[in-house]
Amino acid sequence: MSVTFAIIAVLTVASAVAVMTLRNLVHCALSLMLTFVGLAALYLQLNAQFVGFAQILVYVGAVAILIVFAILLTRGVEPPEQKIFSSSSMGGLAVAVAVFAVLAATIGSSSVLHAVLQPSHEVSVRQIGEQLMTRYVLPLEVVGLLLTAALIGAVIIAMRDEEGK
Amino acid sequence: MSLDQIFVFLKQVVVGWMPLQCQPLVSAILSVAAIIGVFASLFAITTVLERKGLGRIQNRYGPNRVGPYGILQPAADGIKALIKEDLVPRAADKFVHFIAPLVLVAPVFLALAVVPVGRNMVAIDMDGGVLFFFAVGAATELAVFMAGWSSRNKYSLLGAMRAIAQMISYEVPLILSAVTVVMMVGSLSTVKIVEAQAGYTGWLPDWYVFTPWGFAGFILFMIAAMAESNRSPFDLPEGESEIIAGYYIEYSGFKFALFFLGEYIGMFAVSGLGITLFLGGWHAPFEFLTWVPSYIWFFGKLLALIAGFIWVRGTLPRLRMDQLMNFAWKFMLPMALINLFAAGVWHFMPPGVVRWAVCAGLVFGPYALLGRTLFENKNITKRVYRYAE
Amino acid sequence: MLGEGIIKGMAETARNFLGSYVSEDRLTTVQYPEERLPQNEAARNFPFLVFDGKDPHIGLRCVACQICEKECPPQCIYIVKSKDKKPDYIGKPQFYPSVFDIDTSVCMSCQICVEVCPFEAIKMDTEYELSTSDRFGELLLNKDKLAKSNEYYQKIHPTEAAEVDERLAAEKAKAEAKAKAEAEAKAKAAALPKPTVPIPAAVPAGAK
Repeated sequence: MSVTFAIIAVLTVASAVAVMTLRNLVHCALSLMLTFVGLAALYLQLNAQFVGFAQILVYVGAVAILIVFAILLTRGVEPPEQKIFSSSSMGGLAVAVAVFAVLAATIGSSSVLHAVLQPSHEVSVRQIGEQLMTRYVLPLEVVGLLLTAALIGAVIIAMRDEEGK
Repeated sequence: MSLDQIFVFLKQVVVGWMPLQCQPLVSAILSVAAIIGVFASLFAITTVLERKGLGRIQNRYGPNRVGPYGILQPAADGIKALIKEDLVPRAADKFVHFIAPLVLVAPVFLALAVVPVGRNMVAIDMDGGVLFFFAVGAATELAVFMAGWSSRNKYSLLGAMRAIAQMISYEVPLILSAVTVVMMVGSLSTVKIVEAQAGYTGWLPDWYVFTPWGFAGFILFMIAAMAESNRSPFDLPEGESEIIAGYYIEYSGFKFALFFLGEYIGMFAVSGLGITLFLGGWHAPFEFLTWVPSYIWFFGKLLALIAGFIWVRGTLPRLRMDQLMNFAWKFMLPMALINLFAAGVWHFMPPGVVRWAVCAGLVFGPYALLGRTLFENKNITKRVYRYAE
Repeated sequence: MLGEGIIKGMAETARNFLGSYVSEDRLTTVQYPEERLPQNEAARNFPFLVFDGKDPHIGLRCVACQICEKECPPQCIYIVKSKDKKPDYIGKPQFYPSVFDIDTSVCMSCQICVEVCPFEAIKMDTEYELSTSDRFGELLLNKDKLAKSNEYYQKIHPTEAAEVDERLAAEKAKAEAKAKAEAEAKAKAAALPKPTVPIPAAVPAGAK
């Protein structure tokens, strides 16, 4: 548990809490981006360079922009006035505590936690590429197909809106 | 210790003076200070050169009152930016309004850390250098949105949305052209990419811009770079005659200067990456010129690219938003994909004239076809005026 | 072909850029205030009063007829006639203006005062660097500031001034000839022996 990990973890958890509790919706979106950056920092700390930078490129560069566009184009610019804790918050809190308990129990009783840590060697991008092309080529193609389907679906929806006008 | 390595040597000397504990820290601080110092002064010089260059293109002098030939103009601009009153609109979101310029400037300086400025002169030699560059570049779009939204001004919000749409659309051809080079080199590290362009065949250097796919890739990369940094003719989001200043209308004084700085440093960073990927980084163009220090070549090429940017700015009118988007998705994206394919063909064919002819045809043919098909249903003729009888 | 227009445009721009260092017509800036563009001869800005000779008071052509004051559309001229008379360029005693003010913040440079003046006394100046720090005091020009010499007029509007000078010289010559003829007739009448019987005065030869 190094100091770096502590700082990054606190940052990530604090911004995640801010996402849930801030009143202004765009502020929540910006805190979500900070959470993503914290996650990327954690990946980088574990020497996973490719995943860390891909996290920033994809999440902060594209997903976050998508979220803010969605907020802007649907809700308008005025910050809505609403209470933070709604009436059904007790039930939600109970469910969250239950899930956390199950996860903590599973992680705590697993063997990986007490295994001897081997020094991790840097995984180069070349190795990732080779694995993607040899061992994981089917998942790669399926993901590509999925993305293409999503793209075509988006274009069709947009086109249908235009024709329907 | 040659003239080429003088800065590396100086840095080693200074770091050697420090106690062993803080040597990495001092080394990092020196690199950062060097990058900020060099590129910020380059920014100052570029503002004057741009204004004088644009002036000469437009049949007038540029600024020529402050200092001989106007070279002290950036000092006057800097003083003006510092002493201007910092207006924040009453309805603005104060925190986001304050940190938006910072969120813009920090990633573009970070992006300069992987650009090799000379032999052994790169701040960080990362294994995924090019990926780091694009990841950090994607963070600038966030700053644009923050600036536009926090001003609570519908025009600046509109400008911000248009700017983000433009930046996202042009990121795809940008990354695809870069991926072509990465594919040919086999590594994401900028230092290795520069090293792969080191030889000389005949009297021409081995740079990728002298291959058909590299030439097309370079042009695509530069056009996308112009769009990424919101420069004319792609400066609709910040068009001065249309939306006044787009997403930074409500900024004044030093924050505006920071936006300006961020835009120009972004231009330098992406030009630097273009030089690294296509123009051979810090290598000399001819074999007999290798005695000139490497950083001189890098900055010479950077200045040539900047001159190219200024030249295009003085020539072309602004593109409309739908023309911009059409250009990105219907022309540049297919060209980038075809370029990728042509690079693959180049890799697997034996070297010779046949390879040149095939790849040039593969690149030039679709270019001519696309140009023709995209324009054939536009009916661009001379305008006919009809007067009331 | 796609991109051809852009290349042609960039070539034109490059020609402009490089040509601006060598040829005049690709760099048309005039560095005011170190250089000034020469003005046309017929340029006009605000009026001034012409005087002949060296002394602005003695040689002032204006006889305070007040025609320009009446004809001026925005009524920016203010004239007060003097009580005494002084001789003009022919020698005839004329009134002169003791106060002649033009408010240049009102004057619209329409040149009507010049067109109606029968004595060629008020003409249009070409001076345009008239900024002052006091709007109402310093933009009201009085007689001393308005009076400029005939040499100055010849310098700024040479052909006009030559024409005016010619006309004035012709009139002066005519008046002098008339005066000389009268003087001759008087001399002739005085030279004849005085008659005992008063006879009517001799009519001078050639005169009506």
